[in-house]
Amino acid sequence: MVTASAPHESAESAPRGSTRLEEELRALAGAVPDPELPVITLAELGVLRGLHVTGPGRVEVELTPTYTGCPAVEAMSADIERVLHEHGQAEVSVRTVLSPAWSTDDITAEGRRKLQEFGIAPPRPTGPAGPVMVGLAIRCPHCGSTETTLLSRFSSTACKALRRCEACREPFDHFKEL
Amino acid sequence: MTDAPVTLGEAPLATAALALGDDALVLSHRLGEWAGHAPVLEEEVALANIALDLLGQARTLLSLAGDEDELAYLREERSFRNAQLVEQPNGDFARTIARQLYFSVHQHLLYGQLAAGDGPFAPLAGKAVKEVAYHRDHAEHWTLRLGDGTEESHARMQRALDALWRYTGELFEPVEGLSVDWTALREGWLAAVTEVVERATLKLPDGPQSGAWTAGAGRQGIHTEPFGRMLAEMQHLHRSHPGASW
Repeated sequence: MVTASAPHESAESAPRGSTRLEEELRALAGAVPDPELPVITLAELGVLRGLHVTGPGRVEVELTPTYTGCPAVEAMSADIERVLHEHGQAEVSVRTVLSPAWSTDDITAEGRRKLQEFGIAPPRPTGPAGPVMVGLAIRCPHCGSTETTLLSRFSSTACKALRRCEACREPFDHFKEL
Repeated sequence: MTDAPVTLGEAPLATAALALGDDALVLSHRLGEWAGHAPVLEEEVALANIALDLLGQARTLLSLAGDEDELAYLREERSFRNAQLVEQPNGDFARTIARQLYFSVHQHLLYGQLAAGDGPFAPLAGKAVKEVAYHRDHAEHWTLRLGDGTEESHARMQRALDALWRYTGELFEPVEGLSVDWTALREGWLAAVTEVVERATLKLPDGPQSGAWTAGAGRQGIHTEPFGRMLAEMQHLHRSHPGASW
């Protein structure tokens, strides 16, 4: 898939070679909200890898999980199926692809902005040394201070860490770099 | 669903998938046992999240060897191929952290090698290695906190490192079907673990890691006594109500 080599591509710029119908369906699937972070869409999260119309009323969708054990994948698949059914596609199959591995770098700029607005510090860009080694400060999504402390490496979901702002004293979630 | 013992695939791919998959499944279950019992809420959540990552890896791996549910719920103890380290009981928090340290450093380095290759495990390893980096980070930080903490936490952490040491040698026994430089894996692991343990003002045990009276035949299906009871709890619902679903 083209998205694999161009992870920052937005849902709107569909892969070359796809038909008008595929572009339309891809936009619909991409607009499905994330089940756990409903402020952002699957396209903004960067988990929608491809969509092919394989016959009349038959669609195959490629989805990549954020974390291998992420339970939201099943809800995402069901939501995509429902939306595409509602738009006349009788047979929708959602396939999970692991490679290339999803990275928080695949979250679009708009997705990051929405996370921040929702009170979740967006992930920083990952470095070549891997996700844990990044040294940039994490900003409090409430007051913008960079004086924040790690409370727990794992928060309400595996993809988030729990931090506290030393300036405004509010705890907040940080979407961990992966 | 039947109660008949599940037969294992004999191909090297299945052997390797079971070794890796059972490590992830069994450790996931052990970590899940902390739910409702962890010392603080944050750790309860952390351990459950690590367990969830491992369960996701286990599902993918076991599916390469057969039906994931049958493999998890209908195999007898002797058919499990996990290393004995991961089946060891949680013990106190220090014991769990020592198990996490030994295992997550191993898994991080092993998956790093698998991800760099082009074998059948590369896609999963490429994904999981990033998750495991956080498990390792978690274990290393707790090792430092407990080792360099109070007299009590230091003593407990040292006891835990000592008690689990004899289960570590098995992690470097070559597994058929995995293209891995096991010598480099062992050296990398020893260097990394030594560095953290010494920084935590602790001492790595100098006894043997395997052989003689020590442990290490999990990959051949020989397991330690607590594993049977763990399996009984893990499997009883599925065995009592075959085919039940939500």
